Amino acid sequence: MSAATDLTALSIADAAKGLDGSDFSAEELTQAHINAMEQARDLNAFITETPELALERARASDKRRAKGEAVGALDGIPIAIKDLFCTKDVLTTAGSHILDGFKPPYESTVSANLKAAGAVMLGKTNLDEFAMGSSNMSSYYGPVKNPWRGKDGKDLVPGGSSGGSAAAVAARLCLGATGTDTGGSIRQPAAFSGLVGMKPTYGRCSRWGIVAFASSLDQAGPLTRSVEDAAIMLGGMAGYDAKDSTSAQMETPDFTSGLGDGVKGLKVGIPKEYTMDGMAPEIQALWDQGVQWLKDAGAACIDVSLPNTKYALPTYYIVAPAEASSNLARYDGVRYGLRVEGETLDGMYEATRGEGFGEEVTRRVLIGTYVLSAGYYDAYYIKAQQVRTLIAEDFRKAFDEVDVLLTPTAPSAAFAIGDKMDDPVAMYLNDVFTVPASLAGLPAISVPAGLDGDGLPLGLHLIAKPFDEVTLFRAASALESAAKFEAAP
Amino acid sequence: MSLDKDTVKKIAYLARIRVPDEALAGLAGELSNIIGWVEQLAEVDTDGVEPMTSVADMSWPRRDDKVTDGGKPEDVLLNAPQPENTPDGGFYTVPKVLE
Amino acid sequence: MTYLISGESGDWEVVIGLEIHAQIISQSKLFSGSATGFGAGPNTQVSLVDAAMPGMLPVVNGYCVAQAVKTGLGLKAQINKHSVFERKNYFYADLPQGYQISQYAEPIVGEGTVVLDMPDGGTRSIGIERLHMEQDAGKSMHDQDPKRTFIDLNRSGVALMEIVSKPDLRSPEEAGLYLRKVRSILRYLGTCDGNMEEGSMRADVNVSVRPFGSDELRTRTETKNVNSVRFVMQAIEAEARRQVEAYDDGEEIVQETRLFDADKNQTRPMRAKEFAHDYRYFPDPDLLPLVLSDAEIDAIAQELPELPDDRKDRFIADFSLSAYDAGVLVAERETAEYFEKAALGHDAKLAANWVTGNLFGALNKAGLGISESPVTAEALGALLGLIGNDTISGRIAKDVFDEMVETGKGAAEIVADKGLEQITDTGEIEAEIDKIIAANPDQVNDFQGGNEKAIGWFVGQVMKVTGGKANPKVVNELLRKKLG
Repeated sequence: MSAATDLTALSIADAAKGLDGSDFSAEELTQAHINAMEQARDLNAFITETPELALERARASDKRRAKGEAVGALDGIPIAIKDLFCTKDVLTTAGSHILDGFKPPYESTVSANLKAAGAVMLGKTNLDEFAMGSSNMSSYYGPVKNPWRGKDGKDLVPGGSSGGSAAAVAARLCLGATGTDTGGSIRQPAAFSGLVGMKPTYGRCSRWGIVAFASSLDQAGPLTRSVEDAAIMLGGMAGYDAKDSTSAQMETPDFTSGLGDGVKGLKVGIPKEYTMDGMAPEIQALWDQGVQWLKDAGAACIDVSLPNTKYALPTYYIVAPAEASSNLARYDGVRYGLRVEGETLDGMYEATRGEGFGEEVTRRVLIGTYVLSAGYYDAYYIKAQQVRTLIAEDFRKAFDEVDVLLTPTAPSAAFAIGDKMDDPVAMYLNDVFTVPASLAGLPAISVPAGLDGDGLPLGLHLIAKPFDEVTLFRAASALESAAKFEAAP
Repeated sequence: MSLDKDTVKKIAYLARIRVPDEALAGLAGELSNIIGWVEQLAEVDTDGVEPMTSVADMSWPRRDDKVTDGGKPEDVLLNAPQPENTPDGGFYTVPKVLE
Repeated sequence: MTYLISGESGDWEVVIGLEIHAQIISQSKLFSGSATGFGAGPNTQVSLVDAAMPGMLPVVNGYCVAQAVKTGLGLKAQINKHSVFERKNYFYADLPQGYQISQYAEPIVGEGTVVLDMPDGGTRSIGIERLHMEQDAGKSMHDQDPKRTFIDLNRSGVALMEIVSKPDLRSPEEAGLYLRKVRSILRYLGTCDGNMEEGSMRADVNVSVRPFGSDELRTRTETKNVNSVRFVMQAIEAEARRQVEAYDDGEEIVQETRLFDADKNQTRPMRAKEFAHDYRYFPDPDLLPLVLSDAEIDAIAQELPELPDDRKDRFIADFSLSAYDAGVLVAERETAEYFEKAALGHDAKLAANWVTGNLFGALNKAGLGISESPVTAEALGALLGLIGNDTISGRIAKDVFDEMVETGKGAAEIVADKGLEQITDTGEIEAEIDKIIAANPDQVNDFQGGNEKAIGWFVGQVMKVTGGKANPKVVNELLRKKLG
């Protein structure tokens, strides 16, 4: 094994130690990942590679470190940025044809925070168009291949929407990547790719500069290969931002502070409604195993009820498309991106948006337009927001009794590219376990916990109280220690 | 509720997305499936339940009334499609609108 | 007097409601930090938020909210402690987000009242339905190029208040009075400059007609973006007349938006946006509900200035002005302040006459507003002082005033330079009177023969020889003594 390959196998925490101990430079670390990125183009994980920018930032990091001015554990760490984050002067596509050629004159708050923390951006990762999807198949830039392969050798999806980020981290093309999660878009691809994927509390990370999908649900978070790395990376992403009215005005804690504390005495809720009809037996078995692991580690596992769970997905598929239909109205061919000329203003709009949006985005924009339209607003949108109140209430009651909740992350392992494309609702069911926490704005994490019969990774999912990420990471760390997930693609 | 082709055509126009006529029927089927599926919410008793307006339990932040932005038309116009259509005066352009 | 339009089938009453869009006075926009000034170069007052770049988010300007609350208080309206910004979704060239952030189901201000001063001296109360905040759109220019419309986003995101009246107005005159009164209140409050030429105030006019005596509400039309008081009045008249003629011809009125063509003095349907509207309002998920505390509202109430109605009452009570004069003086905040300053220490009624008479006349002639007056309030006060202490006569004062307007010099200086002080020295005047009596025996006989009016001739003669400077009261007394 070459030294370069070794460097790509490190965790963020170990890479930071290596940089601090001058075992290697940030430039070497970055170059190793650039090489890996270039060799793995077959995965289609990146839409845009920025190797020169990365090397420039890596060298700047080395200079800081030489002067004793390194800014923290992320200084010099090569990461990838989901192409939903606007990056100054770097093509930003949201996986959509309609943003053709768009180079923002601004940097998203989260990617700017990471940059300020010294992180080195290798490139922009592929994603479902406008983050709408659970397979990365809706990207205008083509599907992403999961570095994991099934027994039959078929190409699998990495999950979505942060599929490119998941594939890049799983394939050792970067040490961590940003994702965004609206209904499970970090956690489900993490589960499909054998990674840790974490969505913080709504308001913890600024949404400023992230191409909006559904404003009341969108949150940025990390995809990494360990719980500790996720905690470190979130620390570099989070923070109050006056430019986002929904940003939480609170101190950012040290998310790693509880990692070694174990779960002795922690109360873990097991929501019975997450047992779904027709759920794969190996998912149920893994979940039961997870309960046992946490019990063995000293946690008290308690059955709880979240009675409105089954309504979360239909609620989500009203609220998210409604917001999306409005958020995506700005892509009109006037100020940036694709423009398809027309004789009239409306003709130009219709041609541009007809050509610029893919099938799934069109479907969701039309659903959203429909549920908000005159005569249907109360029956669909208001109803969904009422049910959303009930779902949040369920969680509040459960958290009166327990500290965290344990559930599966996804109802299956990764599936083959091209599957489930003919049935949107079947595709939506991928997010059945992740959507409820999104609707309630709660922090949640997927931890790789086992393999299915085909040797594909499966994840377990923890949900915590608002702004209690420290406890979430603490429980996730215990689960990680017990699961000893060491398989790699 | 199932959506017919005319309804799909109407909402596609509201959303300003051109949908070819031959795609309307298929889309109507898909959208009807989705709408039919979300309609299970009707069985939830939501009498007297406040619709959620904000998932975040916080007060609205307010800006001071100060000029802190603007003055950079080059940034604003940087990505304007088909720059040959953006005249020297620094405007965006669209096909002529008759009021 | 009821305003009626007579049609073939009888008399028709007009039912009018106004939606006034008033730009909130603020340095920066409602949801971004870019500037709001008028007349800047295209797209120079545009932030990335105003241009709806991907991922840009709105943050509320707290001052604009306070301005809206202040306006609500000035309109004697209900302030809603919980209000919500919603998105009004539609596509248009100058609406970069594809939606306008506005308030819909829960506006910041509810019902209120505006009192109109009617020409007959009476008053009439017009109901306010609501006031809500919203962002302005950009500007489309259709006449710059044969094939394209140009878009300038400088106005995009500027804070507006939409003040919606109840359909209480019944004539173009009332609508004009209402618009002027609201503008006056906003100017007093300092929440909108009311400058209709620059577009910081405009009105959408809702008009329907009904047979006189009926209380039905027929289909109304909305004439958009009318930008002067005169045009609002003309648009109402033209639109009401059109509707009456349509009904007389057996046609129906369609609910639609129209535009007023001032050159042709008629309204016509808007060609754009003629599709059925479906704005798909929903609460903006990028913003939190606006929650105001009693303390915040009280603090704003403490800052309220004296408003025109209160000031009018005070002018009537304190200065014994007529309701009419007081109404004229308080209509504009600057005029009222000018008057108070000029009248300070002088005869208030005299001051009112001078302001509404000579001053307004001079300003009209010069096409100036009161804030640009060549005669300051202090200068006019000084002139009133010279009249009050008999230094000059009212007649001379008019000449002095004209000179002040022309040269900008002070009254005292002009009077001194030209030697215009009144002659009150009885000896000097007596000498002149004696000369005139001696030289005009016929007129003396006429007066003494019983023609009282002939005294006027003598006064005139005295004034002539003294250059108008003789104190008229002294002249009269002396003439009567000598002729009597």
